[in-house]
Amino acid sequence: MELSAREDLNRRMLRARDEMDRRYAEPLDVPSLAALTHLSPSRFGKVFREVFGETPHRYLQRRRVERAMALLRRTDRPVTEVAWDVGFASLGTFSRTFSAVVGCSPSEFRQRAEVVHAPTCFVAAWTRPRERTTVSEKQPAVGAD
Amino acid sequence: MNTHVSALRITSVIVLDQDEALDFYCGKLGFEVRDDADLGFMRWLTVALPGQEHPQLLLELPGGPHQDAATAAAVRDLLTKGALGGVFLTSDDLHATYASLRDAGVDITQEPVEQPYGTDFGLRDPFGNHIRISQLSGATDEEIEQRYREQATSAS
Repeated sequence: MELSAREDLNRRMLRARDEMDRRYAEPLDVPSLAALTHLSPSRFGKVFREVFGETPHRYLQRRRVERAMALLRRTDRPVTEVAWDVGFASLGTFSRTFSAVVGCSPSEFRQRAEVVHAPTCFVAAWTRPRERTTVSEKQPAVGAD
Repeated sequence: MNTHVSALRITSVIVLDQDEALDFYCGKLGFEVRDDADLGFMRWLTVALPGQEHPQLLLELPGGPHQDAATAAAVRDLLTKGALGGVFLTSDDLHATYASLRDAGVDITQEPVEQPYGTDFGLRDPFGNHIRISQLSGATDEEIEQRYREQATSAS
């Protein structure tokens, strides 16, 4: 299969993004993700943004929030447990990130959420919150929530 | 409204190399070739699952005369980013299917996970298309509803 340089890069970056989707609850290991793409860790973030339009950190935030939304819809687990389950180590960071991404607090979301019965991968893809406002990207490490 | 449309016959899956697509869809996923014809202007290549004539997947290259170079490049770009459509399949032994594909080095995007409707996992073809394989439990809609409710209760 002959791919252009751009297509080959897309495919490698998609492999890394899939890995983030699989291991969203773990601290993000930029060097190992970069290794999947054969890029240096410093270049990985820049290229990820070029290909997918957002930083790896932001992508992981939206992935985690999407999972949190599912747990809030389907279960009555405490918000703190939901935060931990999706990879946040701090309830404060979770609540701040959730509110910035979704536009309401986790508790408010739960109150008005309805369970969606459709194949999980579609629900995950289509209920993932879109970019709506800027959440601070100043954290030194992606997994340091 | 009755349109008299009665079955899904062929659907197109965009691939970037038809021989590599055959290796994946037939060699790894278990499809069989139904048509492989050089029409001159294109290679008409379709596959279907064993024992089924239809539905068929048309393993189609981007870049025919109906697409200018910029459009074809955009399709290839979207495909390799994972932004095009996908294929949903079922298996009668999901864990065996999963083990076979994992051992064949296929890109697994999600390991088998229990769902109210059965078990499923995700993967990608070599070009970026998303594929989901499920083993449905055979539960009725009411039973699936009940399982969603039980899931909520048991997780609390």
